[in-house]
Amino acid sequence: MTGRETRVPSETANATFVEFDRVQKSYDGISLVVKDLNLTVAKGEFLTMLGPSGSGKTTCLMMLAGFETATNGEIRLDGRPINLVPPHKRGIGMVFQNYALFPHMTVAENLAFPLEVRGMGKSEREAKITRALDMVQMGAFAARRPAQLSGGQQQRIALARALVFDPALVLMDEPLGALDKQLREHMQFEIKHLHESLGITVVYVTHDQGEALTMSDRVAVFNDGVVQQLAPPDELYERPVNSFVAQFIGENNKLHGRIEEIEDGRALVRLDTGELIDATPVNVSAKGQRTLVSIRPERVEFKPEMMPDGAHTIEAEVLEFIYMGDLYRTRLRVAGSDDFVIKSRNTLTQRRLQPGERIRIGWAPQDARALDA
Amino acid sequence: MAEAVAGSGGGLRTADGRPLGEALAQAQGRARRRALLLVAPLLLFVLFSFVVPIGQLLISAFSDDDFARNAPALGAWFDENPRGSPIDESAYAALAADLKAAKENRTAGQMGERINYEVSGARSLFTSTARNADKFEPPYREAILAARAEWDNPRLWESMRQASSSVTPNFFLAAVDLRRSETGGIERAPEEVRVYQMLFMRTFALSALITVLCLLLGYPIAHLLATLPLRYSNLLMIFVLLPFWTSLLVRTTSWIVLLQSEGVLNNILVGFGIIGDDGRIRMIYNQTGTIVAMTHILLPFMVLPLYSVMRPIPPSYVRAARSLGASSWTAFRRIYVPQTMPGVAAGGLLVFILAVGYYITPALVGGATGQLISNLIAFHFENSNWSMAAALASLLLLAVLILYWLYDRLIGIDNLKLG
Repeated sequence: MTGRETRVPSETANATFVEFDRVQKSYDGISLVVKDLNLTVAKGEFLTMLGPSGSGKTTCLMMLAGFETATNGEIRLDGRPINLVPPHKRGIGMVFQNYALFPHMTVAENLAFPLEVRGMGKSEREAKITRALDMVQMGAFAARRPAQLSGGQQQRIALARALVFDPALVLMDEPLGALDKQLREHMQFEIKHLHESLGITVVYVTHDQGEALTMSDRVAVFNDGVVQQLAPPDELYERPVNSFVAQFIGENNKLHGRIEEIEDGRALVRLDTGELIDATPVNVSAKGQRTLVSIRPERVEFKPEMMPDGAHTIEAEVLEFIYMGDLYRTRLRVAGSDDFVIKSRNTLTQRRLQPGERIRIGWAPQDARALDA
Repeated sequence: MAEAVAGSGGGLRTADGRPLGEALAQAQGRARRRALLLVAPLLLFVLFSFVVPIGQLLISAFSDDDFARNAPALGAWFDENPRGSPIDESAYAALAADLKAAKENRTAGQMGERINYEVSGARSLFTSTARNADKFEPPYREAILAARAEWDNPRLWESMRQASSSVTPNFFLAAVDLRRSETGGIERAPEEVRVYQMLFMRTFALSALITVLCLLLGYPIAHLLATLPLRYSNLLMIFVLLPFWTSLLVRTTSWIVLLQSEGVLNNILVGFGIIGDDGRIRMIYNQTGTIVAMTHILLPFMVLPLYSVMRPIPPSYVRAARSLGASSWTAFRRIYVPQTMPGVAAGGLLVFILAVGYYITPALVGGATGQLISNLIAFHFENSNWSMAAALASLLLLAVLILYWLYDRLIGIDNLKLG
């Protein structure tokens, strides 16, 4: 958490760079794809728009880039309204999902394009191209055509092209979606390092929550045209504000019940099958209200000595044990549900649960979050 | 694979010891033979309906034995007496013998027809002289010249010398407005019969113009088709293809109805008072008619290849260019157009080659100034001058092949995308 905050240079930390002000978007005049979006991105921030497909995140990015017009509201870039500014005058770099490298040009020509249309001289152009290619370690590929490059290499070139004309803001539309897992993780770190070293502002769109958590300063979780939660990754993961965010970010165990008791930040929930569990109320307030309790698989304990004092425990039956290398993943039957999962680290002393075994599980109250049902 | 085959001398072998190349050939041979069997009907069809007729066409452009077959004596005389020998009594004797045979076999017309291509009036000369051929007595020279004085024409004799050999380049010479001089050299044809060069030029110029017009009209349509949602573009595509499915004759005549002097367009212009009733514009039975009707008919051949190239171009290319700072015109010119070049090239080549060989439309709406080379080919076919028609057609084929070769050199044939 502290590492993240120091990354944003302090003098610009709170300077608003991009601002969505009451932005709405409709394609058909009947329904809204983006409903009343209010969002600010600080200078130098890495903000990720995360959400399932059709949640409006890409539409927001396209409105920022200038390829879609906002139906209502105002988008401001560095304090200036840009609703009526055509895309080529916004000076925003963009990395596309399919890279969109011009197939009839070499890598160097692709990079030269944004500089040429700005009327830059040849020597200055070449210096900038060399610098941008070196930045993504692709200096040796200047004469190649995009079709002669691998997916990862094309990705780097697309990145270099979006950065070569020194834009202050770079948009990325699921840029790593087409890469395999290992390369994707590698590129995540490279993009993050480029962001840090260049001090640019990045708005990144993805549906991959792992990617969002790894790279971002803040994540805006979209669903149904509305930002559900806008928070740094750790807060998003550990303290989701509603059941959509809890289920969308990371793996989650869900238990349905009713609030039995609620006082100073602690709640006792009676599950539908009768058991009592501890939880922290998030967006529930009244006794008797229906709730969905969400618990992360890695925060569930089954060894009594590890549980906090006075924790309520609940009986579970081991259904399946899966060895995943660094983790053990155990599926349990808990309170009538068959898909309760716990994850435990593969350490020397870790116990492998056997299917059929009956155990009692529990957790610290702050790890179980009572959300709206 | 290349390595394995190359190494078959002592190189790689299969697990049971056979040379790898041999094993591969054996494994693939069966599949290849079966595939050949499948395409065999098509191969035979192409052979008999395309390769053989084209071959015959090329041969007949060089050869015509209508005269040689019927004039054995003259043929023998021409063989013995080289060009420049005086046309003496022995020559007229051979002529008399051949004319006599021609009268018996009723082939004088056929002989004369062949010579008539080069020396007008030769047909009637042959038939009228042959009518009295059995009455000629030596000396033949005097007898024949007494019958028709025109026989004393060196051009006629040169022409017969040419015709007595069944293989001749004369038709090709004629097709580019050249001819044999009296002494056997090559000279330009008299000005009043020079039509072919002009017609070739006109054919290529009009075809180029029609190709450009098709491109200008077709490019926006194809772009619209490629960018519209599929359900609208399918509907629009039907409108593009509708003329394609209508009879060519119907479409051409509908242009006549629209464009003729008393036609719809002129009536509208007169009705609005834009032109006077006596100033009706002549838009058909001339080059304008040919250009308008052919552009309309050939438009789908431009739209379809363009569409098939434009459809898979994702909008993100132009968007990327825009985000990189290019205005919409720059993005179009530098990013979109280059990517559609294979379609432009394919459509252009297709329309141009079709236009160069077009016959029915210019024949119907071209009038005198809108005729193309194909109309003259058809004219020669109708008049049974097969060799002349074949020579013109061969030249046309040659021109198209040269064009194709140029295209391959300049743009590359692998850049062509027809669909």
